[in-house]
Amino acid sequence: MPEIFGVPTQALFGQLLIGLINGSFYALLSLGLAVIFGLLNIINFAHGAQYMLGAFCAYFLLNKAGVGYWPSLVIAPLAVGAFGMLIERTMLKQLYKLDHLYGLLLTFGLALVIQGLFRNEFGSSGLPYPIPEAVSGSRDLGFMFLPNYRAWVIVASAAVCVGTWFVIEKTKLGSYLRAATENPALVQAFGINVPRMITLTYGFGVALAAFAGVMAAPIYQVNPLMGADMIIVVFAVVVIGGMGSIMGSILTGFGLGVIEGLTKVFYPEASNTVIFIVMAIVLMFKPAGLFGAQK
Amino acid sequence: MAVLRNVTAAAALAFAASAAHAQVSDGVIKIGVLNDQSSLYADLAGQGSVIAARMAVEDFGAAKKGMKVEIVSADHQNKPDVGSAIARQWYDVDKVDAIFDVPNSGVALAVNQITRDKGKALIVSGAATADLTGKACSPNTVHWTYDTWMLANGTGNAIVKTGGDTWFFLTADYAFGHALERDTEAVVLKAGGKVLGKVRHPLNTQDFSSFLLQAQSSKAKIIGLANAGGDTTNAIKQAAEFGIVKGGQNLAGLLVFITDVHALGLNNAQGLILTESFYWDYNEQTRAFAKRFAAADRGVHPTMVHAGVYAGVLHYLKAVQALKSDDGAKVIQKMKEIPTDDPLFGQGRIRQDGRKVHPAYLLEVKKPSESKYPWDYYKIRATIAAEQAFRPEKDGGCPLVK
Repeated sequence: MPEIFGVPTQALFGQLLIGLINGSFYALLSLGLAVIFGLLNIINFAHGAQYMLGAFCAYFLLNKAGVGYWPSLVIAPLAVGAFGMLIERTMLKQLYKLDHLYGLLLTFGLALVIQGLFRNEFGSSGLPYPIPEAVSGSRDLGFMFLPNYRAWVIVASAAVCVGTWFVIEKTKLGSYLRAATENPALVQAFGINVPRMITLTYGFGVALAAFAGVMAAPIYQVNPLMGADMIIVVFAVVVIGGMGSIMGSILTGFGLGVIEGLTKVFYPEASNTVIFIVMAIVLMFKPAGLFGAQK
Repeated sequence: MAVLRNVTAAAALAFAASAAHAQVSDGVIKIGVLNDQSSLYADLAGQGSVIAARMAVEDFGAAKKGMKVEIVSADHQNKPDVGSAIARQWYDVDKVDAIFDVPNSGVALAVNQITRDKGKALIVSGAATADLTGKACSPNTVHWTYDTWMLANGTGNAIVKTGGDTWFFLTADYAFGHALERDTEAVVLKAGGKVLGKVRHPLNTQDFSSFLLQAQSSKAKIIGLANAGGDTTNAIKQAAEFGIVKGGQNLAGLLVFITDVHALGLNNAQGLILTESFYWDYNEQTRAFAKRFAAADRGVHPTMVHAGVYAGVLHYLKAVQALKSDDGAKVIQKMKEIPTDDPLFGQGRIRQDGRKVHPAYLLEVKKPSESKYPWDYYKIRATIAAEQAFRPEKDGGCPLVK
């Protein structure tokens, strides 16, 4: 069997695929962050907590109301997104005129409060969530066993990512959004309700996080800390991709998933630091990130 | 006048010094529960250990015996530097006399050294590394509940004997994982088995798929999980997803707590074989303890770590009472002299190397259909007698053993 650095090539294909799957979570989450930062200039540190809320929402729907995975995939993002809009209306709105740091502090504090409350109530071991029937089981691809659910994850998140990119970059609605960030007063003068658009945008970003949370529930435990573990990595992804760049965060998300996956084969001990090493290197040569515009 | 004042002061000091000699320092026995209160080990130790310590003080009847006992607690965040800083602060400034629990072997080894330097007492329940009573043993430390040797000897042996003779290890990359892997590997090799490979993952890993693929392609019959808490539950859950067990390989959870089984659900956990030194549903006394404990800890039933903190505090207070002093090394010596007797672990003793010995149980997780009431999770497959459950004293390399 041919080998690369002592690892059979077949096994390597498997690892690349696994990397892409994990990357799709990074992509989904960093996309939400990029949308929120790009259009609202808010560094949303509560993103991890909102991802966790999505997973918990799916858990409650299943265990308290008997609502399965597929409806949850729609209901949970709507519910958590609405909660996000409430936060935007009541709290974040006050901060737009201030420095980025205030938004960061507020959302960071919110994340700590939400995670703390959930940890107190549900402990830290997490709660089980079954894989939905339709996509359970796995198939033999020759070079690896691919669980059907993971295949679904990669397809669904790629579709959502591309869809979001298309709406923001290629449609009229997206052009309003982008215009509103450039010059809100002028856009308002054209008769567009800018504050409402901003609220909806934040809600959409939060809904993306919740969507990722529902996707993650069957793979990982539904755990109050699942977002806290993830958010730091995802921020690194956003920074590498370039703050606010939609396509940048999607591509970087998938790319870094692959890099992390390969690290798990060649030097597993470093697998939780490799992303930060990449970040340091990228920032040294391109301070605005790989896809960020130099300002 | 000045002379008189100085003499009085000197006399007072001398008196105070002699009084303190045979007494509890500053009149209060202060117990510090140091563990993970916010992350992957918070359910198996965490606040539950504080509750267990409080129950022990209550059951000991400290107030009635005229002893003043205070309990403080802190979160070491699984970081040896944070844990060390708290331990120093507690010993130097806050007048803490003994530290309990300390899951996470990395932190425990650090606090073990500090406790020895400061002449205080450490009673470990949550940490696993057998080095605490081996090459790192200390006259100021007792290791109560379990250790990596006990786990390897219990689970490892049982699995090799039923035909699981080729192994692949998934190991948490720090002191605990390394010790557990080392001790299990020794058992496997001794029984004629082979280790085909191992991979070391960072503590608190979310996704194990990459490691599981490596384990799968090794074709080992047994995938040994030398990790704990959230790492173990995630690995087990994802192994099911990748069809590892269906493909003919089996998982060995080398350290599984009842809270992990609860988190996984019996559907995912059924059939797992594991070793523990305490199961809440063992007899009347353990059930009574579990009932009280669950009422105080949002329905969660006690793990062996919680039980160990309870029994450890109880025995520590007995020794302090007998000695009428809370001097670290002396209390630990007294703890070794008095035979142990408590409702949770029964009768036992503490060896010179600091190892508390009691029976261990080889357990199997029930099928969902076999579980009759909440937290009814285990079948007891075998009981390993106290003297066989732990590493023989002479094999540990502890300098205290002559």
